[in-house]
Amino acid sequence: MTTDRPEAIRVDGLHKSFGAHEVLKGVSLTAREGDVVAIIGGSGSGKSTMLRCINFLETPSSGRITIAGETVAMRPDGSPADRRQIERIRQSLGMVFQSFNLWTHRTVLENLIEVPVHVLKLPKDQAIARARKLLARVGLAEKEGAYPAFMSGGQQQRAAIARALCMEPRAMLFDEPTSALDPELVGEVLQVIRGLAEEGRTMILVTHEMKFAREVADHVIYLHNGRIEEEGPPDQLFGGPKSDRLKQFLKSVA
Amino acid sequence: MALPYGLRAGMEPSLPRVGRAGEGGVAGRIRKGTDPPACADPHNPFRGAQMIGSPLLASTLDLLALEPPGWGAVLLLGLWRSVLIAAGAFALGLVIGFFGAYGKLYGGPVTRDLLAIYTTVVRAVPELILILILYFAVTDALNQVLLAMGGEKVQISGVVAGVLVLGVVQGAYATEVLRGAIQSVPAGQIEAARAMGMPAALLARRVTLPLMLALALPGLANLWLIATKDTALLAVVGFAELTQSTRQAASTTKAFFTFYAAAGVLYLAVSILSTLVFALIERRARRGQRRVAG
Repeated sequence: MTTDRPEAIRVDGLHKSFGAHEVLKGVSLTAREGDVVAIIGGSGSGKSTMLRCINFLETPSSGRITIAGETVAMRPDGSPADRRQIERIRQSLGMVFQSFNLWTHRTVLENLIEVPVHVLKLPKDQAIARARKLLARVGLAEKEGAYPAFMSGGQQQRAAIARALCMEPRAMLFDEPTSALDPELVGEVLQVIRGLAEEGRTMILVTHEMKFAREVADHVIYLHNGRIEEEGPPDQLFGGPKSDRLKQFLKSVA
Repeated sequence: MALPYGLRAGMEPSLPRVGRAGEGGVAGRIRKGTDPPACADPHNPFRGAQMIGSPLLASTLDLLALEPPGWGAVLLLGLWRSVLIAAGAFALGLVIGFFGAYGKLYGGPVTRDLLAIYTTVVRAVPELILILILYFAVTDALNQVLLAMGGEKVQISGVVAGVLVLGVVQGAYATEVLRGAIQSVPAGQIEAARAMGMPAALLARRVTLPLMLALALPGLANLWLIATKDTALLAVVGFAELTQSTRQAASTTKAFFTFYAAAGVLYLAVSILSTLVFALIERRARRGQRRVAG
């Protein structure tokens, strides 16, 4: 990793508790422009929570989030102090969920242009042109008029990725994007994500697909019980894990 | 009405076909001999007919005619007022319910407590009592305040009282219907919008409301039908909505069955029409949803 590229996403000393249960016990990460950072870990390790704290879908308990050099203003309790700032930052981070979360009452095309038109105030014809280009790219040009409920999981997830891209985000956040998919549909989604990595997009990817993480990531973080147990380049982490926990984890998912 | 005629003519009650045939004859016979006499009261041209027997099948049409000797126009005016009040109350209820639901879900502790008191009390006390309270007690109190301030007495009109009282009642139920519906919108749908930086008001309008509408419509359709029927309670304060108008027509002409049946048919017509409209709206609201087979 070269260090001259500007930092896109930086997390410092992030803590998050749900009531008395502390899910994140001080985790940090840095993703420079063009980096692909993969976060792996067992169930309950806090990896999804860590990702969701970056765009404040979860309110951090303490710590600091910096997006493109801009630190998010937080109240003492961790909640965002400036709603406008949070909205602006969220618009620059494309989020892809495990369960797709396409709006069920809108067609695929309507899903894609919803925020560009109504929030970013992009003229509708421009938004539609942009959306059609993205749909063609993820192989869904024929599906623009379909409602999500009538599509396969793989198609829905590809549409959800296109919806995030339609915002022209600075970085993409993937929260276990293939975990809800039937095995035979995983490949088509991973292929789209791989394409994004190859074109140099900044991405943070929470995943259970170890092989995929090894292929696309520049940096891998292994979380255990809310702490970073081990991190480093993928070949080092997967090729020669140092900690016993990571060795055990890799054995259990292999 | 058919049966008494049939029985009086000596027919077997178990033979409705014969009974009906006989009734037509009897009605025709009586009808001939009892043409309504000229009457001073324009609304009561049938008193003569009532006194010698019973309301007559053939004269039913005369009773319900739109032209002044008939009461049709009065009933239709009553129906119009009922629908008007129901619509006003339903609309007011929706507005109250919308803010009430959001207040209950996202408001501070004081807002939540006040709303809990509102929905509890209003849903506990009979509408009839609430109507009497607003129409008499509140008007009285208002006037005392106005007089004390050197103002003039006011009389709350039936329409205003009706819309206010029924609207407040509807609002309490709508608060719960809408709260349930909003809570039933899958969290992921809202989260997706938040993750893209959609401001809260836009999110409510573009995502939450359309999605919860499909869930709320059956409950809201119920509320609308209840609103149309609850307008009948305004009869107690003498407001000439459909029930009061019907009562007036029936007691004047003594044609109770004819008029109450006519009122029933009118309420039924409103209900059937409303059901059709709500079905159309619900079909639109459910677009994009897959129907469960079987």
